[in-house]
Amino acid sequence: MANLLRDTSQFLRSLLLIELFRGLGVTLSYFFKPKITIQYPEEKTPQSYRFRGLLALRRYANGEERCIACKLCEAVCPALAITIDSEMREDGTRRTTRYDIDLFKCIYCGFCEESCPVDSIVTTRIHEFHFETRQESVLDKQTLLAIGDKHEAMIAADKAADAAYR
Amino acid sequence: MITWVETLIRPLFGDLPEWFITPAIALIEIVIVAVPVILSVAFYTYAERKVIGYMQCRIGPNRVNFPIIGELFRGGAQPFADVLKMLQKELILPSSASPLLFFVAPVLCLGPALAAWAVMPLSPIFVLADVNAGLLYLLAMTSVGVYGVIIGGWASNSKYALLGAMRSAAQIVAYEIAMGFALVGVLMAAGSLNLGEIVMAQSGGILSWFWLPLLPLLGVYFISGVAETNRAPFDMAEGESEIVAGFHVEYAGIGFALFFLAEYANMILISLLTATMFLGGWLSPFEGIPYLGETFLASPSFIWLAFKSLVFMFIFLWLRATFPRYRYDQVMRLGWKVFIPITIVWIVVESVMAYAGVGPWSGGGA
Repeated sequence: MANLLRDTSQFLRSLLLIELFRGLGVTLSYFFKPKITIQYPEEKTPQSYRFRGLLALRRYANGEERCIACKLCEAVCPALAITIDSEMREDGTRRTTRYDIDLFKCIYCGFCEESCPVDSIVTTRIHEFHFETRQESVLDKQTLLAIGDKHEAMIAADKAADAAYR
Repeated sequence: MITWVETLIRPLFGDLPEWFITPAIALIEIVIVAVPVILSVAFYTYAERKVIGYMQCRIGPNRVNFPIIGELFRGGAQPFADVLKMLQKELILPSSASPLLFFVAPVLCLGPALAAWAVMPLSPIFVLADVNAGLLYLLAMTSVGVYGVIIGGWASNSKYALLGAMRSAAQIVAYEIAMGFALVGVLMAAGSLNLGEIVMAQSGGILSWFWLPLLPLLGVYFISGVAETNRAPFDMAEGESEIVAGFHVEYAGIGFALFFLAEYANMILISLLTATMFLGGWLSPFEGIPYLGETFLASPSFIWLAFKSLVFMFIFLWLRATFPRYRYDQVMRLGWKVFIPITIVWIVVESVMAYAGVGPWSGGGA
């Protein structure tokens, strides 16, 4: 008897499409809900100050480049994207003559930034960049320094915000 | 016959020979119906993307705007942009495809989809061909469309296309029967095969439309219509996850667009037919309410038909946004083992009631 009742109610439920109508109700309720789309070029999602985007080389406030060619970043880079050559400058300090990052290899892991003892190589928040020839994928020292100079305010602010957690 | 259109345009031809005027007037009348159908297909694709987007918490297309009214109707020009893009695309003929049939198939699909509109009573005074067996003609036209699908699938010489075409054929055969039986119910209630007379048989306000006495048939007819037009959740013929895109895998550019034009024209047609046969077509829902009298609200017009069919067109999109695709054997089971018995039972019930003189159809032709 119980079986019969259960079967009948199951039959009626599937015949009257009750569950399907419930599903339609769900989609209809979503039809009127506010939409969560971010209209990308005009609107953007909030970004963390720890965002790891395009790389840059920094300078000290007096204009001296920070990098001391310790090659820790080159050693730690898992993708082997960094190439460094160095020599002694006239004033006796060790400086890089070549600092190339191949963006095709770079995986934006940020290990170089973590390993850097002088906060020279940093990741920035820039993620909307492109290049038009394959050669441009290799950023040389001048380019990296230029990026750093251009966005120094942002980089410094992000570093300051993150300092408390380091 | 649409005499008023004829009287309107006949003087424009002056005294040209009769063998020229008659076909020319027929052609103009066809254009009067076909162009709005194609335009509504265009905006229906836009509506589909908007509605499904909204149901998925997205916004849908909103970038391609019309020049002046763009801000009111964002993304409204999207279908036209799509058509322009499709027209630019190369027509690719697969190396071992049958060239003639491959290019004829989209036309075979679209032709019947547009031809079916000839017998639609769009308003009390507008129908292209007021034929007596309009219902039969419609059944024929909606099934002939499957030839385009089968030929397209076969001519592509691709296994996915062929599989999609076979699925589509089996599905349309199965649901055609349920659909036909559902229409037999309408036929019994109205006592006529002429669509205009079917509408007239429903006159007398919202409760005398056929949806109430024929409620099971309305459900069966509309769901069969969804299956017949190969729409989700019955889009086995396309079945992206199983057979890539089904019968139109090998089509690119405007051939592909024609298949879609046919599919959407059929969807609009099914919506209009459901509204005509179960919801009183162009009859007003406020008919017979004394205060309204002879005003616009109470008088039959095309607006009511458009409004009713828009509801069904929305349901088409709503279903697609809600349900996952059926498994193929379940589609067949639903068609043969559920819908056909339901319609037969309801036809028997209807005939018994008609014989006993109960119900709204007792005075009809049954």
